[in-house]
Amino acid sequence: MNCASFNVTRRFWRVWQRNFSVYRQNWKVSFLLPMLEPLFYLLAFGVGLSVLVGKIHCHGIEVSYVKFIAPALLSINIMNNAFFENTYASFVRMYYQKTFDAMMATPLTLEEIITAEIVWSATKSAIATTLMLIVISSFGLIHYPHGLFIIPLSFLGGIAFGSLGMFFTGIVPRIELFNLPIFLFITPMLLFSGTFFPMENLPQWAQIAAVFLPLTHLVNLARAFSFGIIDAGALWGFGYLLIFCLVFFPLAIRKMHKRLIK
Amino acid sequence: MKRSGKKYKKTKRLSMDKIIVAAKHLKKRFGEIIAVDDISFEVFAGERFGILGPNGAGKTSTIRMIYGFSPMTAGQLEVFGLDISRNHRAIKKRIGVCQQENSLDPDLSVIENLQVFARYFNITGKAARQRIKELLKFMAIEHRQTSRAVDLSGGMMRRLVLARALLNQPDLLILDEPTTGLDPQSRHQVWERLEELKAKGITILLTTHYMEEASRLCDRLIIMDKGKILVEGKPLELIRRYTGHNIIEVINPDDALRRYIQSRQVRHELIGRRLTIYGQDNDLLYHEISDNYCHSDCSIRPATLEDVFLRLTGRELRE
Repeated sequence: MNCASFNVTRRFWRVWQRNFSVYRQNWKVSFLLPMLEPLFYLLAFGVGLSVLVGKIHCHGIEVSYVKFIAPALLSINIMNNAFFENTYASFVRMYYQKTFDAMMATPLTLEEIITAEIVWSATKSAIATTLMLIVISSFGLIHYPHGLFIIPLSFLGGIAFGSLGMFFTGIVPRIELFNLPIFLFITPMLLFSGTFFPMENLPQWAQIAAVFLPLTHLVNLARAFSFGIIDAGALWGFGYLLIFCLVFFPLAIRKMHKRLIK
Repeated sequence: MKRSGKKYKKTKRLSMDKIIVAAKHLKKRFGEIIAVDDISFEVFAGERFGILGPNGAGKTSTIRMIYGFSPMTAGQLEVFGLDISRNHRAIKKRIGVCQQENSLDPDLSVIENLQVFARYFNITGKAARQRIKELLKFMAIEHRQTSRAVDLSGGMMRRLVLARALLNQPDLLILDEPTTGLDPQSRHQVWERLEELKAKGITILLTTHYMEEASRLCDRLIIMDKGKILVEGKPLELIRRYTGHNIIEVINPDDALRRYIQSRQVRHELIGRRLTIYGQDNDLLYHEISDNYCHSDCSIRPATLEDVFLRLTGRELRE
């Protein structure tokens, strides 16, 4: 119960299992979304836009526009799955369904519950990413075996964005106010992290700002893996994401502790 | 504090005189508000102990500290002889909690709700299936086991929550307003289940603001108001001590009756248009009043815990 203690045992899997049990209830819908979404994007951008854009220089090679945005779509999917799971879905469990209240009357600790929530959202990200990867790969847009690295990457990215989401769940007064972090962080990242156009097209200051955004690094890594490039540059990206997790994961637990233990 | 005189069934783990909950100078503060203000009480093994009080009296704050949900501001609290601030996981393994809100998983079926919850106690596989089957039967919800929790009636949801609280075969069952919002049929069904549990020797700690529930279920109780304990005792004792056996009620008493009551110096209250007279043996007084003064509404009835409660906590509205 002490704020400073980090009381997490293997029992946290029980909470993960709870979320998995609920996920299984509507797995068809959960599966359909990540499989159809990339098709829409690839159709819109691949057929519609790539004629205008032509080839793009990136990571030292020249690629088609579709091949350029495929890993970005995967990265955005990783971000959205984890962030929305630990904001809206966690908030509903916490505030409306009182799921955490019920759990805290069992041998579970709050730290275990929050850890499991974040690990669960990373799992959900990884499941969605795997499905999406299968669809995108069928168009020959991913280089293998390097492309397989995107799956563990989706888990790490899931922990990063899940922790960020949980941090906001710990501080927003009402569910409607998630609009604010989405407008201020998620939407700008979606547009300016080298997702739909190379970062080099941005003005210098914006490029520097983008280096501090987690999605930039996620897109960079996913793109390198999908092109079949694994170099020392990847370490920077992993390092950044790891530090992001190490900052926001404990911060999320602290904020949730402050919110729920009264 | 004396143990109530009833004979308890011996259970395998708990001896008769064992103290299950010991609270000493317990205090809980939320910012400026003192929710629980230096209270001390004990709950014994096999006992059904009630915490009564109006809204905001500190009932829920008290039991939330007992089941390790909220840390206490000051004082000492031991459950099963273990200090709550250091052993909350060990304690929580042995208690079952039925919170005010149902907190069920709406997307899951009745049986899945129980499976998921059993896993929190590391009860899985055959042991879980066996226990769930027993509890579904005990709570009379087996016929709805595949229904989604959200489709159940209020009474059934409550019974499911109660079943959930019993999964780990708790030594102490904590119920926070177990029948609030239920219709009379459902309420009686819950009461019957709780009486059966009592017969099995399980210790029950419950909060309520239904006096009928408290009289029926509690061996011993405390009445709280504004964070403090006002009285402690067995329901019947409290009724005798604070109101007497019967109560005479007169609607619209005339001046002659008021003067008569004053002259007889009996304990009475005049609230609005209703005169309430308390007493040990009111039969003669009642005949006197109904023969000579009462023109219309005049009645005598046995005193209840509700009369004690209202006398002690007053009649002004809370919150």
